[in-house]
Amino acid sequence: MKATVQNDQRRGTEPQPAREYVSPEVNIFETSDGYVLEAEMPGVSKESLEITLEGNEMTIVGRRKDEAMPGEPLFRERALTDYRRVFELDPAIDTGKIAAKIEQGLLTLTLPKSERVKPRRITVD
Amino acid sequence: MNSLTRWQRPGLTTWPGFGRLTDLRDEIDRLFESPLAEMARTSHLLSGWTPALDLYEDKDNLLVKVELPGMKREDIDVSLHEGSLSISGERKSEQKHQDADVYRAERFFGRFQRTVTLPTPVAAEKVEAQYKDGILTITLPKTEEAKPKHIDVNVS
Repeated sequence: MKATVQNDQRRGTEPQPAREYVSPEVNIFETSDGYVLEAEMPGVSKESLEITLEGNEMTIVGRRKDEAMPGEPLFRERALTDYRRVFELDPAIDTGKIAAKIEQGLLTLTLPKSERVKPRRITVD
Repeated sequence: MNSLTRWQRPGLTTWPGFGRLTDLRDEIDRLFESPLAEMARTSHLLSGWTPALDLYEDKDNLLVKVELPGMKREDIDVSLHEGSLSISGERKSEQKHQDADVYRAERFFGRFQRTVTLPTPVAAEKVEAQYKDGILTITLPKTEEAKPKHIDVNVS
């Protein structure tokens, strides 16, 4: 398999801290410039989002603001747990240039490849 | 490319038997309501996009919360008709990634609709909807008749 942004399987078996997490759903695209990762985290705002890089591992944690229970629940489908997912980054990614924005619960990460690995045309003299 | 379907590995054809399974799923949902509804919801293969919905009740209001991450406000439609509340809309896939290689495609694009039968009458003209952090919150004030009333007991 090509080196890419991928799930770190090892993390799944590690004992997690007391707090439970759900894995956000993601779309990952690769272009010649880099990767784009979109993660769905409804209920998470800029302030409650944490993205950490450790070596080639990127961890995304999104905390839902503790919503006060507005009365008595009659019907519940939403899981009110926080989000967490770990990705292993392609070494070609320039980790210093990763950019993130969150809009209406959708996190978009732009992970550009470093200049030296980008395809380029070499002119023949 | 058909923007309404989830990305599939080219050459993989859709399994034809899902129509039946979907019917079965609806049947099971009706029997058990929430616990299984949650499981089925996460299985996009069987259900398409069914955004998670909560319904709460307090003394004065009914409150509906729906998870709709990454939508535009104008693509969400809320309507109230004869005691049922409908939330529908469409999430469009963005054109800018059409030519990129897809590594993961877990997000769902396309139309959705959720309908809730409200347990008490509400004042339709006072209903308010707010969309923030990907969560749509609809506040439906109960009609005066539907609110619990305190009755003083007179001692004669």
